Amino acid sequence: MSTSMEATTPAAHHGFADATMIDHESELLQISLGPHHPSTHGVFRMDVVLDGERVVKLKPVFGYLHRNHEKIAESTTYLASIPYTDRLDYMCSLSNNWAYAMSVEKLAGLQVPERAEYIRVIAAELTRLQNHASTIGFLMQEMGASGTPLMYAFREREKILDLFEALTGSRMMCNYMRFGGCRVDLPAGWLDQARKTVAEYPRFLDEFESLLASNEILLARTQGVGVLPPKLAIQGGVTGPILRASGVNYDIRKVDRYGIYERFDFKVPLGEHGDVYDRYMIRMLEMRESLKILDQALQQIAPGPIMDPKAKIRGFRPKAGEAYGRIESPKGELGFYLISDGTPNPYRYRVRPPSLINLTVLEDMCLGSSLADTVVIFGTIDIVLGEVDR
Amino acid sequence: MTALSYNSLHHSSPQAADQIFVIVQHWIVGHAPVGLQPLLAILLSVVAIVGGFGLLFAITTILERKGLGRIQNRYGPNRVGFFGSLQPIADAIKSLTKEDIVPQTADKLVHLLAPILLVLAAFSVYAVLPVGRNMVLVNLDAGVLFFFAIGSVTEVAVFMAGWSSRNKYSLLGAMRAIAQMISYEVPLILSSLTVIMATGSLSTVSIVEKQAGYTGILPHWFIFTPWGFAGFVLFMIAATAESNRSPFDLPEGESEIIAGYYIEYSGFKFALFFLGEYLGMFAISGLAITLFLGGWNAPLPFLTWVPSYLWFFAKLLTLIVAFIWVRGTLPRLRMDQLMNFAWKFMLPMALLNLITAAVWHFMPAGPVRWLVSIVLVVVPYTVLGRNQMHKGHLEKRVYRFAE
Amino acid sequence: MLGEGIAKGLIETARNFLGSYVNKDRLTTVQYPEERLPQAEATRDFPFLVYDGEDWQAGLRCVGCQICEKECPPKCIFIEKSTDKKPDAVGKPQFYPAVFNIDISVCMSCQICVKVCPFDAIKMDTAFELSTYDRFGGLLWDKAKLAKPNQHYHEIHPTEAAEVDGRLADERAKADAKAKAAAEAKASAPPPATPPAAPPANSGVSSTS
Repeated sequence: MSTSMEATTPAAHHGFADATMIDHESELLQISLGPHHPSTHGVFRMDVVLDGERVVKLKPVFGYLHRNHEKIAESTTYLASIPYTDRLDYMCSLSNNWAYAMSVEKLAGLQVPERAEYIRVIAAELTRLQNHASTIGFLMQEMGASGTPLMYAFREREKILDLFEALTGSRMMCNYMRFGGCRVDLPAGWLDQARKTVAEYPRFLDEFESLLASNEILLARTQGVGVLPPKLAIQGGVTGPILRASGVNYDIRKVDRYGIYERFDFKVPLGEHGDVYDRYMIRMLEMRESLKILDQALQQIAPGPIMDPKAKIRGFRPKAGEAYGRIESPKGELGFYLISDGTPNPYRYRVRPPSLINLTVLEDMCLGSSLADTVVIFGTIDIVLGEVDR
Repeated sequence: MTALSYNSLHHSSPQAADQIFVIVQHWIVGHAPVGLQPLLAILLSVVAIVGGFGLLFAITTILERKGLGRIQNRYGPNRVGFFGSLQPIADAIKSLTKEDIVPQTADKLVHLLAPILLVLAAFSVYAVLPVGRNMVLVNLDAGVLFFFAIGSVTEVAVFMAGWSSRNKYSLLGAMRAIAQMISYEVPLILSSLTVIMATGSLSTVSIVEKQAGYTGILPHWFIFTPWGFAGFVLFMIAATAESNRSPFDLPEGESEIIAGYYIEYSGFKFALFFLGEYLGMFAISGLAITLFLGGWNAPLPFLTWVPSYLWFFAKLLTLIVAFIWVRGTLPRLRMDQLMNFAWKFMLPMALLNLITAAVWHFMPAGPVRWLVSIVLVVVPYTVLGRNQMHKGHLEKRVYRFAE
Repeated sequence: MLGEGIAKGLIETARNFLGSYVNKDRLTTVQYPEERLPQAEATRDFPFLVYDGEDWQAGLRCVGCQICEKECPPKCIFIEKSTDKKPDAVGKPQFYPAVFNIDISVCMSCQICVKVCPFDAIKMDTAFELSTYDRFGGLLWDKAKLAKPNQHYHEIHPTEAAEVDGRLADERAKADAKAKAAAEAKASAPPPATPPAAPPANSGVSSTS
């Protein structure tokens, strides 16, 4: 196989397709918003070409956090992969656990008892609350509000993390779901603590809204910025709050009705314009809906077993076959595709990362905006590098 | 020319506590040979200014960090000294002992000169600020003009810093800084023009003296007039933009271009940039106090026994607290929105404010004058404000829910 | 009116500032290391081996079955079985680990080793201030460093420890009862039947009793 000589312009080094765009006589400025950056949510790089302050081309470069998660899963048992799924989207470890457990339960045909389903819903909605709180806090931080909304958001998030620690033993790497149910039952007093946290949460949302929702500077910075048309969103495979902010009604909790979500009364908020303001407000509204679900679940939960009696911890060998389980994680559709060949290790283990797939529309959203907007738009996609790179 | 006359202290109602610094200066100067006395007097004043405002800089850094901390539900620094009061000393030691890194391709001379020029310019403008009764370094007839002229040198220093660093981020930051500072000079000067029109003089000392006196308990400060209030608000917004403070800190936008024009500075030069920025903030607040808030005059007639310099510093501290408060609350504006705001809102408001000041000056005193002036201020504000918001179709939205 | 939202935001910030002096809820800092937050009971940091009684070698519950070594996801446990046996927690003679090392710089605190251990021998500790100056040997813990008494387990996880103790006591009682029943059956069992002598060809006398 013969390889042609690559052009040696700087553009070719950086991998830009159109090498003639960058030459020393043009007025375009190429900047690397590099892996060391306060606002890139992790080790992530964006190669941006600017014309003055307008973005002309943008290329996301990731892979700095690749840890071989899928290949490692092929050489360990199904059970041993559960702690590794915590570390995918490290902010929402309980949701990741649930998606993986659901795929394996589909593969092996296990039934989850009712109390375990309730615990799973409570854990997932608490995860959604703390993830959205962190996202909007960091969005404000990137817009320059010097940490004040961030601190308020984290004040609430700490209470939820305390709940996780009491339940699972760890604040973020929870490692809690098992195939067929949950690892341990709720400790004494946990339900009361959870009810108290949920009752105090709306006060933070109201404070946040009065601080920022009608702030003129915020409105000017976010409305009309980074518009994502619904057709482009569907073509790009975007899911999660971003899709709903563009006006497409697709929430997997309502579509698949997995778990026991159909027992709860909650609504799905939809945006109209698909800009940054919509994505920010949709997350606020989703937090309120999660509070509604939590109220109902915390009331309805009843004592009972938490593990499927047929489930095995050691020597777990599902029958040969394949399964795809997906949930509505706070970032989008998180799915696990498993192929089993009857051995204790999976034959193929594939994660559908919502952050990576939502990133594919970043360039389309940012073209024509200024550099300051790029950072803000990027913040609303809400990626976590652990998931993008696995 | 100078406010120093060694033989007579016949200025208006002096008291010992009020004039303590002047008395001390005269006593020290009296010991020197006659030929050297002016030079020594000026040197003493310069040392006092540098020392005093340097100390204020140290206090402001700790005040800002603790203030922001409390706003954000946390303590500020509280390990060094009682409640963190020795933190500025720790910061000074840190910045003095850090390695001074200069990029290899940078323009070394300009890179070195930029912070020095910034601090020089920032200190020079204090020469015309009357800190207390008889306490101004130089009583220039064109004091305000001197202030604005020398104050603009800081913009050159900022551009020097950004250009000499040979770094795309600092270049972006420098460009933004220049555009912002030049745009906001215009409303700044126009809003101070109203005061100059009202007093008929450019000398800071006479502007302060014109604001002495009380009707009842209300002082004659210019902020208590409609045009003065509007002018003060415009002046403070432009001042925030001039000193690159939030919400106008895009040139040093920390979350995008990470410190902008001073990204390649480390160690003591970085500390000099900080010093220059804060000194600029104090200087322009000082000018605002001189123009609109009555300088060193007391706010109520029965409080004139408190020394004048204490009133000046109390007002200065209030303005600094306001700066910190705004920084902790507001996100920052984008570049084009900044410029939009300057040219399409503040400039028309400042021009109309001139008309309001003229109307106030020529109408006879009474409630009619107040009514006309207030209308002349409020109506353009509402119209221009609505224009700003509606141009981008900015409004609060209502969301629908699916099924 | 332009400026209304900004004014609302400023009031909110001022409320937080003033509230931080009077309301504990608005000043949530814990001044570590002088103050520490209490840890939840279920907290898990790094494993330790449980021993009953006073002698950590004799009372060690671990029998060296190597199940935790196999199930550990990052493979940070290293076990070498012994060649002789000693009685375990319920009294049965079992092997014991001659070498039991955990590399806590690799361990990710997932607690799978605890879950799969059939003998309640390894549990999760709650100490997290484990900095050391030696990052190669200092973070490789051997059996002596890992062994901690059952009282320690009761202190850090009281509910769990009570449940484990109850279960072990039940098992020991059952094992004791079984052993007693076997001993009783043996004591009151008839003496072993002597094999009958070759019976005479035409004698009809049976020697059975």
